[in-house]
Amino acid sequence: MEHTVEYAQATGLLGSVWLLVAVPAVSAAILLLLGRRADRWGHWLGVASVGVAFVLGLTYFFQLRDLENRSVERSLWEFIAVGNLHVDFGLLFDPLAAVFVLLITGVGFLIHVYAVGYMAHDPGRRRFFGFFNLFVAAMLLLVLGNNYVMLYVGWEGVGVASYLLISFWQNRPSAATAGKKAFLMNRVGDAGLAIAIFIMFATLGSTQYADVFNGAGALASGTVLAMGLLLLLGATGKSGQFPLQAWLPDAMEGPTPVSALIHAATMVTAGVYLIARSNPIFSLDPTLQTVVVSVGALTLLMGCIIGAAKDDIKRVLAWSTVSQIGYMFLGVGLGGGAYALAIIHLLAHGFFKANMFLGAGSVMHGMKDQVNIRRFGGLAKHMRITWITFGLGWLAIIGMWPFSGYFTKEPIIVAAFERDDWTAWLYGGAALLGAGLTAFYMTRLFVLTFHGPKRWTEDIDHPHESPPIMTIPLILLGLGSVVAGWLMATPVADWLTPVLGGHGEGEHHPVLSHTMITVLSLTLTVLGAGLAWLLFRNGTALEEQPAGPLVRAARRNLYTDAFNEAVFEKPGIFLTRALVFLDNRGVDGLVNALAAAVGGGSGRLRRLQTGFVRSYAMSMLTGAVLVVAAFLAVQAGWFA
Amino acid sequence: MSDFPFLSVLTVAPLVGGLLVAFLPASRGELAKRVAFGWSLAVLALAIAMWVAFDAGGDRLQLRESYSWIPAWGVNFTFAADGIALVMLMLIALLVPVVILASWHDADNLKRSVPVYFGLLLFLESTMIGVFAAADVFLFYVFFEVMLVPMYFLIGSYGGHQRQYAAVKFFLYSLVGGLFMLAAVIGLWALGGKTFDWEALTQADLSTGAERWLFLGFFLAFAIKAPFFPFHTWLPDAGGAAPAGAAALLVGVLDKVGTFGILRYCLPLFPDASKWFAPWAIALALIGIIYAALLAVGQNDLKRLVSYTSIAHFGFIGVGIFAFTTQAGTGAVLYMVNHGLATGLLFLVVGMLVARRGSALISDFGGASKLVPVLAGVLFFAGLASLALPGTAPFVSEFLVLIGTYTVNKPVAIVATAGIILAAAYVLWMVQRTTQGTLNPALSGVEGMRRDLSVRERVVVAPLIALLLLLGFYPKPVTDVINPAVQATMEQDLGRHDPAPTVGTVQEAHR
Repeated sequence: MEHTVEYAQATGLLGSVWLLVAVPAVSAAILLLLGRRADRWGHWLGVASVGVAFVLGLTYFFQLRDLENRSVERSLWEFIAVGNLHVDFGLLFDPLAAVFVLLITGVGFLIHVYAVGYMAHDPGRRRFFGFFNLFVAAMLLLVLGNNYVMLYVGWEGVGVASYLLISFWQNRPSAATAGKKAFLMNRVGDAGLAIAIFIMFATLGSTQYADVFNGAGALASGTVLAMGLLLLLGATGKSGQFPLQAWLPDAMEGPTPVSALIHAATMVTAGVYLIARSNPIFSLDPTLQTVVVSVGALTLLMGCIIGAAKDDIKRVLAWSTVSQIGYMFLGVGLGGGAYALAIIHLLAHGFFKANMFLGAGSVMHGMKDQVNIRRFGGLAKHMRITWITFGLGWLAIIGMWPFSGYFTKEPIIVAAFERDDWTAWLYGGAALLGAGLTAFYMTRLFVLTFHGPKRWTEDIDHPHESPPIMTIPLILLGLGSVVAGWLMATPVADWLTPVLGGHGEGEHHPVLSHTMITVLSLTLTVLGAGLAWLLFRNGTALEEQPAGPLVRAARRNLYTDAFNEAVFEKPGIFLTRALVFLDNRGVDGLVNALAAAVGGGSGRLRRLQTGFVRSYAMSMLTGAVLVVAAFLAVQAGWFA
Repeated sequence: MSDFPFLSVLTVAPLVGGLLVAFLPASRGELAKRVAFGWSLAVLALAIAMWVAFDAGGDRLQLRESYSWIPAWGVNFTFAADGIALVMLMLIALLVPVVILASWHDADNLKRSVPVYFGLLLFLESTMIGVFAAADVFLFYVFFEVMLVPMYFLIGSYGGHQRQYAAVKFFLYSLVGGLFMLAAVIGLWALGGKTFDWEALTQADLSTGAERWLFLGFFLAFAIKAPFFPFHTWLPDAGGAAPAGAAALLVGVLDKVGTFGILRYCLPLFPDASKWFAPWAIALALIGIIYAALLAVGQNDLKRLVSYTSIAHFGFIGVGIFAFTTQAGTGAVLYMVNHGLATGLLFLVVGMLVARRGSALISDFGGASKLVPVLAGVLFFAGLASLALPGTAPFVSEFLVLIGTYTVNKPVAIVATAGIILAAAYVLWMVQRTTQGTLNPALSGVEGMRRDLSVRERVVVAPLIALLLLLGFYPKPVTDVINPAVQATMEQDLGRHDPAPTVGTVQEAHR
């Protein structure tokens, strides 16, 4: 980064950019504080607040477009001021923040509307919308902060909102456990992010974006690497990337709109935001970038392999999210022009993945909450709208021309092939292989759900389409899945240039020609999809069948959960038990033994515990005598 | 108004109120409660007036009053407050009425006098205010010891299971520490010019050896009081046996005398010894953070669990004090305030649960959110504050401690940061086992568990929740008061200055 980062002070209408955070936050407070009194209308307040935030976001967006310097910040109050540490409660509205605001409030609004229908029969609907609004407020703070501490506040805020929503049905033990797992794994990442912030302050004396970005170039290379790796740790936690990916599939215990908004479209992309926002740091160190790329490539393949073995519709989608975010990490790791590519894929993914999750919710709605794709089949006839909209999402995610994934994933694959050395083949190959695998497992999901013979459980006789309040958001998101990628690819890349730098054309040439890569990836996509179609068009067994070692491993999440259990959980539980024993018998035992020895045996000690005032008074008197005696001694000069 | 003798009046007023209440006949329990509550509110009003009169940018020690006591030994009733003492006094004045209201029915079903219980709470308030307001070392010592008396009876007479054992252990343990301090107090008097006046003693010229011994005498008493590992084992017993309100005051305020004492006495009076012992103190504090957090995870008793979380939190405070930077020091003092609010709330809420269930064992709960959703929600909020979630006050203090420590001691800060993961573990696991999951069938049979928070209980938790949120987003009113005092301690007393950023910012960080 050669140029200096500078943000103008927000004036005029943009000075009120804090309303974006305040509106959903106030709404959440009302919903949670009023309690049952708000049950009748609470959900509409929740929807309206996000709608208002979206309109505000659009207004600010147009204001920003007319500004020359396209970045404004607004300091609201001094948050922390101790010694030379100054942290403002400050917001930054720039092109990167703007696209996230529009994604969060736009897609968020549609999902809120959908949730009115989805949660209609849940007695906790008002509470649900309270948490949902809380999430939107925290997420907006995360992307709008103008320093790393604000980002951290939003970061942990979305973490707690996510926890509350995953364990929304908290009297289900599995939901409670899943929420706790998500929060704990996220906290591991958060600790990394926190230490990165400490490094910034210790070396640069500031946590403001502008100061950190402008000063980063002067840091020692080891410092940059450490800071970047710690930021990456934070990012992997929030975004469900290796090695902190295990919580995300379990998070599907939450209501489906939660999975759509938080665990697909917005919160889990915060890691990508963090790295893109910190691009002046990551661009400084090629080693760091290679680590990010490796995490992305590894995770995208892991997601594909595991996704292909799962039978739970939401978990397949969850692993596909892990995999797609892997592509985004690949993009931000490649750096240069690929930063913008990752963000564009993130936006497109927000549409098609939210669409598919809500579609899955619609299917579950009609199938009495069944989630096992082995027990679906032939639903296309019964749920026309869901079928079509889900189909559009499916075509988008596998990257079929002319659907949005084609315009957003393809460029990342090309960029992966643009590296200078043999690693171009490694990462490009992984991205290409991922495209084929994605086509396979997503087609498996689509075909098993909507086509082939019925394999429903006995209690279902006529699955129904969802009401309009759910299908209208589906239709809008379905449209987004078709056109978003094509519409956004170029203008968004230009729009983001002030933050993420230019496209950098002509710097690198892919080791394969662009056309060749496109042909290869489309071929692999068609092959993957075709193979899945052939294998699953006639349905599948109702139960999981014995399989080879790879499928067995994939079904068990490539043994990552088993690893965590064996290495962290079991020893951890053992350690706490051992320490409890040690503390009671060892440390405290020593204290009691000492007391007993001083008291001349435990019998005497027991007699001390009479609680009688007189024995207490006696000891006070003894103390007083000692005091006086000591004073007299000093007075007399015995110690002088 | 600044000429008003705030500190002595604040110390004496609760004592008078306590006498008044305690000597009411046992049959007039209701009256005793009302008088005690009203009295504590009046004390709070006075404390607020004192806060207004205090000039954050003024002298280090303000509101000074001095009355002769034992002229022969130079003992005076000297009171004075710096910013650190001020915020602690404010915390006491705020927590006591809340605790009185929370303890409304705690003594009703015991075969003990109700008026005495509330009288004891006011006595306790008086001694706690005295210990923070004293600016005479001997006076401080007297309050330090006398403070044990009301707490001893609150635990021993009004506590739960094993209360006698816990009360005696608490008393003896503190007394042992106090005796070490007494020896050091006398030594200090002898070597420091035969005066007990704090300001005069800061000028005393002590030999290196004497300073270290005196430091140890004070430090041991404070480390037991705080408590730091390995002197902590009395706290889970005391916290587990004490009635919830007393427990909230015990860990919320009384234990802070330990960390306050280190800041007020060890560091300014023995600056070189403090620096010499700092690595050892940090080591104890750091062990405490991790060790106590792991123990908290393993507890099966709600009140003991909260006690262990406090030991971990005291570890953060200890690290913050001995890091010797303004951020870490201010963070540590702010932590003392915030921990009082957060753990105070947590203890009170746990007390509400225990009172309903008749048991503090976590395994006696399970799925309680189904029966008492609001209470479960408040427990969760208190837990979030306890794990220092951003947006709640403890985040600011924990962040300051860690960032201030990092600038001078990276490994310590990094290990301490691991403590935030464990904090999430013990809080969330407690919440899960208590309020989430399937409803424990035994629970729905308990009459009390069918009542969610009463109006009185809502009034108890509301101000604490509001303050935790307010200070979570806008901590400046408190940090502005603490900061000058901490800065004076670090720069004038210890001669330590914050390290400058190693690279420095390209542009001025702050406008």
